[in-house]
Amino acid sequence: MIPAKFEYYRPTDLAGVISILEEHGDDARVVAGGHSLIPMMKLRMADVPHLIDIQDVEGLSGISVSDGTVTIGAMTTQAELIDSADLTAAAPILREAALQIADPQVRYMGTIGGNVANGDPGNDMPGLMQCLDASFTLFGPDGERKVPARDFYEAAYMTEREDEEILTAISFAVPNGGYAYEKQKRKIGDYATAAAAVQLVMEGGNCTFASIAMTNLSDTPIWSEAAADALTGTSLDGAAVDAAVEAMLGDIDPTEDNRGPIEFKRHAAATILRRAIARAASRA
Amino acid sequence: MTDKMHVKLNVNGEDHEFLAEPRELLIYALREKLNLTGPHVGCETTHCGACTVTLDGKSVKSCTVFVAQANGAEITTIEGIGNPDNLHVLQEAFREHHGLQCGFCTPGMITRATKLLEENPNPTEEDVRFGMAGNICRCTGYQNIVKSVLAAASELNGAKEAAQ
Repeated sequence: MIPAKFEYYRPTDLAGVISILEEHGDDARVVAGGHSLIPMMKLRMADVPHLIDIQDVEGLSGISVSDGTVTIGAMTTQAELIDSADLTAAAPILREAALQIADPQVRYMGTIGGNVANGDPGNDMPGLMQCLDASFTLFGPDGERKVPARDFYEAAYMTEREDEEILTAISFAVPNGGYAYEKQKRKIGDYATAAAAVQLVMEGGNCTFASIAMTNLSDTPIWSEAAADALTGTSLDGAAVDAAVEAMLGDIDPTEDNRGPIEFKRHAAATILRRAIARAASRA
Repeated sequence: MTDKMHVKLNVNGEDHEFLAEPRELLIYALREKLNLTGPHVGCETTHCGACTVTLDGKSVKSCTVFVAQANGAEITTIEGIGNPDNLHVLQEAFREHHGLQCGFCTPGMITRATKLLEENPNPTEEDVRFGMAGNICRCTGYQNIVKSVLAAASELNGAKEAAQ
């Protein structure tokens, strides 16, 4: 399995990355951990004449939690997310999700930046970032800009990122309340048949805040505002959960593939969301 | 297009320098340029783990790394872990507990297990199953692999206690 030839670059700063991106436009791609891009290149589904390896670019990894904000450098690996006590204390849903991504070898290489920037609807972090209302920092020829995760995804592999930009970091406010990342997959290492990220705040037996996002059930992650609204102001009684599941099913648009027909995926999505709500509530 | 680039690798403590196309997969550089045929080409699609090596302290599937990305790295393959005259504790445990049948997945299994035990010297059975989930075996049904890794862990811990 041999990919097409490419020109290889290993710049040491962001300016170096941007100048190559400006010169080659969408003929150039940034490679972080490479565990989405390299398989695509080997299958010749991705054609990358100019490959920019950012492993030597300073300042792109690390996790900081300060003033109620979590900031994670794009090159931070899934293994590093799992091992970070600070991150787990601030936002334990990241560790819960990262442990369900791929397998140990892939988690040593796979990065959060690659996971969110690639735009693969099967990736777990984009939906989670929408649940947390994260924002993505993009760096380009005109400097830096931030894009909310909820506005970033346009279609499969199509995002708000311009060809000359690189995603450098993600950030989000430290979440409150209970959480759950539930994922149904065929086997270890697989993408989700259905996955749900849920954050809930309960006060005096009442849900005062909910956020719900679904993974791999449309060509983008789906943040379901209607599902969250169905829970807010309720005690999470059976009728409220049924309404949230109905609302979520109205927002997703799964397609048939080797993970099953549409009806099965909708069934799995409903089951996974029910489990995620129950687990998040038990922790709220 | 670049044809070939200079690549430097430190493999099993030895420095190597050679010319390679950037697109060459690390597994092929190890096997065909350096004659280290311990890491195997199994699925070649990041699933099976037969090509697992340790790259700068991480367990990595070397079919999913371009040799250009590994330039400058330190790598350990099964050849650097033990040899027939001096088996590693894990290799001895796999032999003792029948942790292999055909042996094809074994170099990747043992290379991954060395890193697992380095990070978690006292794993539970569940830790071993979860930590070895990136390596597929089509013979053993895994039971004896898990047994072997647990036995090696207790052997290594015993040796550590004896040394103290």
